[in-house]
Amino acid sequence: MQTERATVTRRDLLFLIGAVSGSAAMYHAMTSLGFASDSGYKGPIALGGDPKGASVLILGAGLAGMTAALELRKAGYKVRILEFNNRPGGRNWTLRGGDSYTELGGFRQTCEFEPGLYINPGPWRIPYHHRALLDYCKRLGVALEPFIQLNHNAFLHAAGAFGGVPQRIRDIKTDFQGQISELLAKVTQQGRLDEAVSKEDREILLQALKSWGALDANYAYKANLVSGDFRGYARAPGGGLGAAPVPGEPVQLSEILKSRLWRYLQNFALHTFQATMFQPVGGMDAIGKAFAREVGDLIRFDAKVTRIRQDDRGVTVTYTDLKSPATPQQAKADWCVCTIPLSILSQIPIDVSGRMKAAIDAVPYMPSVKIGLQFKRRFWEEDEAIYGGISYTDLPIRQIAYPNTGFNNTGKGVLLGGYLFGGRNAYEFTAMLPAERVARAVELGARLHPQYASEYENGIAVAWHRVPFTLGCAGSWTDQARVEHYDNLCQIDGRIVLAGEHASYIPAWQEGAILSSLDAIARLHDRVVKQ
Amino acid sequence: MSETPGSVRRGKASRRGAVVATSWATLLLFAFPVFAQGTGPSASEPALSQGFGFVEKSGEALFTSVCQGCHMSDGKGATGAGTYPSLAGNGNLGSSGYPIGIVINGQRGMPPFGAMMNDEQVAAVVNYVRTHFGNRYEDAVTAEDVRSVRR
Repeated sequence: MQTERATVTRRDLLFLIGAVSGSAAMYHAMTSLGFASDSGYKGPIALGGDPKGASVLILGAGLAGMTAALELRKAGYKVRILEFNNRPGGRNWTLRGGDSYTELGGFRQTCEFEPGLYINPGPWRIPYHHRALLDYCKRLGVALEPFIQLNHNAFLHAAGAFGGVPQRIRDIKTDFQGQISELLAKVTQQGRLDEAVSKEDREILLQALKSWGALDANYAYKANLVSGDFRGYARAPGGGLGAAPVPGEPVQLSEILKSRLWRYLQNFALHTFQATMFQPVGGMDAIGKAFAREVGDLIRFDAKVTRIRQDDRGVTVTYTDLKSPATPQQAKADWCVCTIPLSILSQIPIDVSGRMKAAIDAVPYMPSVKIGLQFKRRFWEEDEAIYGGISYTDLPIRQIAYPNTGFNNTGKGVLLGGYLFGGRNAYEFTAMLPAERVARAVELGARLHPQYASEYENGIAVAWHRVPFTLGCAGSWTDQARVEHYDNLCQIDGRIVLAGEHASYIPAWQEGAILSSLDAIARLHDRVVKQ
Repeated sequence: MSETPGSVRRGKASRRGAVVATSWATLLLFAFPVFAQGTGPSASEPALSQGFGFVEKSGEALFTSVCQGCHMSDGKGATGAGTYPSLAGNGNLGSSGYPIGIVINGQRGMPPFGAMMNDEQVAAVVNYVRTHFGNRYEDAVTAEDVRSVRR
């Protein structure tokens, strides 16, 4: 009996927590017990209880703001959203032919891509474990397709290695793995791992190394048909006369080590980037548009927030209508969910506690630059058999990403010709004029793909510190800042609660924005219902 | 697919790419004369950093390669949903310790640059800003001043 008592199921426990402490506590408990899935998402939020006509003003119509709007209206709140841009989505954004974009400084670009071609200047891929975002995509009817993170036939490139010639990912990956396996097999056979590996395990380890590392019968990794099965061939098996495969020569371990190309392999191993990843069909902004179909009627666009006040009766937000800026406007509500990026919120006078204000002021914003380039033909597919995925380089452009859609089309194509995230080069590219960023990306990318020279047509570049609605890419938390400020940032302060990727442990990801929003509104709702 | 012929083709094409790259650089030089004084490996193109720190050394090069990303080429900043403050005629620059501290530690949304610029670089860019854009502060700061702010 006693043992049975002790084995309370997780579901029982959650029920008890929910009954005693309310839905926010239950939401937290579910998260900490890992109930539903990796990112802590537990399925559609249920805001039970009557808000008794309470009103909520939401600042920002990005994914955090629109998630809050959708769920709070459903729960019975009177909801309004103020949005700086004249479109919904915020950083969930796609640029297509005909779009024009003016960055800070007044530099205007018009995208000249062919119909159907685009780049996502902000988020562009969705991990399979970002369950909240995937669930909203499902509920809102956003069609998804695979985003290819690892393409074995794409390139790894180091300007100072292999004479500047890019290497195929499969060669580096297989040859690195194979030669490490060979080394490990050698020391295992020499008995030098006897202390770490038991006698029975030793034989199994050798078998595993042979299988995993493509070693031959003598536990050697060399040019033969065993390694060829993994890395491909100098001449692939064919049909008819002279069709026998010819193995290629492995890249020597010492060359791989010195080239530092091994460091890119983690881009295919990290949990965040593991298969399967997704992208919305036709552009990331399909998600923002789908949210806007639900809550678009609540959004006031072109509204620049200039002041946020609260007292014990409600919240008053002053804003400028950018279309008639002469007269400041006011919006009032009982509660406020503020999703304005901290880079901007830190400049807006706001009535919150000193601790929350200190948290708002504690988060610098990361630099990031993306450059889209249109080419006359999909030469990466036609000439190099690269279908989707990403090539990595130590050149300032860092990566070239190939479209994961429209394969084998004969028409034009758009590459992500550079994605600089954090670091010096991202600042340097930000400081350039847009046309110059594009020109440098074309010049540098030609070192991986010489076809750039004859096939390039036009391009567009977005540097996130120049983006008028964010002044930066995403919040950059240090461990120390998390300890000191994170909880203070996320607390409900009187009648105001913050949400967005900056109020999450998944910075710069849409999942962080949505989870932060769900957590914020669950706590807010508890407070409202208990009043 | 044979690897050797592929490499040869790539090699040839790379040289072709290099020619085009040069013409791009020439074009850039023409369009953006500010880079004529660039500190890069070749005088004809702007520097791009390779290590962890910025490669630019002079205050002007650091300003045009880093600071102007937000504060703009005229130092006057810009305004969208928020504002990048103007450095032009900015009274806060009067006390030299203030800009040194901000370049090193950042402020609110502004990222810290202390780890990416050495003491000489911080001093150079602070001196540049304090003597340009309508600022006329004669008391130049030194690398030693920067070191003391870093502690």
